[in-house]
Amino acid sequence: MFGLVPAFTAAGFFSPHPALLAFSAEPLAHLSSLDIAVIAIYFAMVLWIGFYLKGRSNTSEEFFMAGREMTAWIAGLSFVSANLGSLELMGWAGSAYQYGILATHWYWVGAIPAMLFLGLVMMPFYYVSKTHSVPGYLNLRYGEHARILAAFSFALEMILMSGVNMFAMAVVMKVVLGWDITFSILVSAAAVTLYVALGGLRSAIFNEVLQFVLIWGGALLVPILGMIQAGGIGGLKTKIIANMHSDSYFHLWRDTGSFAANPMGVHWTGIVFGLGFAISFGYWTTDFLVVQRVLAARNLRAARMAPIIGSFFKMAVPFIVILPGLLGLVLLQNPDGSRRQLVGEDVVAACSVASATGKVEDPAACSGAMTSKTNLSAEAQQKVLSGAGGMELHSYNQALPLMMVRYLGPGLLGLGITALIAGFMSGMAGNISAFSTVWTYDIYKPLINKKGSDSHYVAVGRMAIVIGVGVSIGAGYLVQHAHGIMDYVQALFSIFIAPLLATILLGMFWKRATRIAGFLGLLFGIVFSVSLFVWVHINPAKLAYVALSPDAKPMAENVFRALWACLFTAIVIFLVSMFTKPRPVEELDGLVYGATVLPKEESVPFYKNEWVWAGLVVVIFAALNILFW
Amino acid sequence: MHGSGIPIWFFIGVLLLIYGSMILGYGVYEWVDVAYYGGQYPAGVQLTSLHTPVWWGGILTALGLLYVLKFRPGQAKK
Repeated sequence: MFGLVPAFTAAGFFSPHPALLAFSAEPLAHLSSLDIAVIAIYFAMVLWIGFYLKGRSNTSEEFFMAGREMTAWIAGLSFVSANLGSLELMGWAGSAYQYGILATHWYWVGAIPAMLFLGLVMMPFYYVSKTHSVPGYLNLRYGEHARILAAFSFALEMILMSGVNMFAMAVVMKVVLGWDITFSILVSAAAVTLYVALGGLRSAIFNEVLQFVLIWGGALLVPILGMIQAGGIGGLKTKIIANMHSDSYFHLWRDTGSFAANPMGVHWTGIVFGLGFAISFGYWTTDFLVVQRVLAARNLRAARMAPIIGSFFKMAVPFIVILPGLLGLVLLQNPDGSRRQLVGEDVVAACSVASATGKVEDPAACSGAMTSKTNLSAEAQQKVLSGAGGMELHSYNQALPLMMVRYLGPGLLGLGITALIAGFMSGMAGNISAFSTVWTYDIYKPLINKKGSDSHYVAVGRMAIVIGVGVSIGAGYLVQHAHGIMDYVQALFSIFIAPLLATILLGMFWKRATRIAGFLGLLFGIVFSVSLFVWVHINPAKLAYVALSPDAKPMAENVFRALWACLFTAIVIFLVSMFTKPRPVEELDGLVYGATVLPKEESVPFYKNEWVWAGLVVVIFAALNILFW
Repeated sequence: MHGSGIPIWFFIGVLLLIYGSMILGYGVYEWVDVAYYGGQYPAGVQLTSLHTPVWWGGILTALGLLYVLKFRPGQAKK
């Protein structure tokens, strides 16, 4: 879920990039009637589910919490699916193309430990406190101010994320099918609005499980067929080493001893502490988008099992995301048989083709961008400039769609496109349903109308979904001016999530943390994080200070900024707590470790015990990291 | 999510069954068309000799059928 490189320019947060949408080249594929039928059936199904569940979403508990009756499997699949949005499918395939298997860190060390921690350690406090949201927990632990601050920052993040999802989907549809971007955004937004507004969280969860199955059904063929064509893992390795003259693409840890030794420009300390702790724990344990799915579980054991079940699937996702990116490195070809090299979106924009002439609009800018930012041969550059058929440039983010078009014929292509749409819609529905809950419970109810009826709050929630989607559409159009789809989102995670993590962890595991300390820690943590972000983007040379090395690349900035923001927040909370009066321990029952008596769970056979399954996850996780060391 | 309504797995089964049947049907048509009637595989698609729509459509159909039968309304575990 985590995005990549924050690439806002020093000139401003949203540097104008008018050519980003200038995909005037022919679409990659033309859908057959069978493909269109596959997509249409999917839309009909998700809407049917929304209408079917409308009658079961009448109370606020049903609408916002799905009645708290989800099984561990459904909550677990929904937990992963809500995260499996557009950024996952396209962005990380593109990242794998750029950085190799290092991108897998965002799935393994950047997810699995945090998911287990959520299930085994944190879930009891969220669940026992009966909170409706993460800001709601902050209210119980630290008071109203912390809740409001977290709620507003979360709501902003969700709206922007939703916009990113919409834009990503629209770009895919534009590139692959030639669909108009506005048409794609409006259709997907209308469908998600309808089924989430009708059936609430239950409908979102229901559809997320469906979408999860479709994503696998549609995307799994690409790595299978790609591996057959590449000659298995041995053939893939041989071809990548021959093309890239480096075997770093196959090592998770070996080359992370220095920033300069790996294509991503990160150090293992940043991966372990910044990504593996600050970003990952921040996202998986405090981001309400995913936590909400687990809170909907029918009992505490199901709530604890859900993230553990989810972690098995999370470990498998690189197979349909990272592997296609790696395969794209060696299998994608130009019409003349040469290897197709993908490039950054800024280069694609610089080389946009005029639809009237079929030639590059600004040859000088295009030539400059290709020379300075790619390693395309002179011959290939000349073909791009001359507008030779099929030689137009494609960005890293298009690696997965390009691979789909390569292998999927009629029907299967429709299924693959449906998988992408499903991914986008599940991510967007997750954002919107979480936004609706936080808006209603943590902003509207405490600040605007404390005494509304239950049905009134359900109506407010439905209205929030409609308005939230509208604002997201605006955000989606803003994103198109940013420099790469994923760039923009990663900054949000490290700005908001890392301070929130420190605030919640100290609140949950340190009885001494005081109300005012929690609020000030969160506030100053966000300010500190924003300051680091702005500092580096005003002067990129300062990255060397944030990431502790002059060799650090933008990716390193995200993980280190998150780490520093988390530590800064923790220090503020600690210092303020030491000078302010703590709450009586009896007030912390159900909220803090050491002050809470957790309910006894009934004894179950070993194969239903969450600790047994968590142990198995740990073994597989360790084996994978050793195997791809 | 069983409750009193239709289980989610039933919906999934229905969708897989529909998709699997469509893709399998097309795959068989394509295979026969190419083998006996001089048809051609879709331009640009790789590894067509593996007849992917046939076996992938078959897998989806089988899974869909299994889920539809196992989780059809009235049969799911409460």
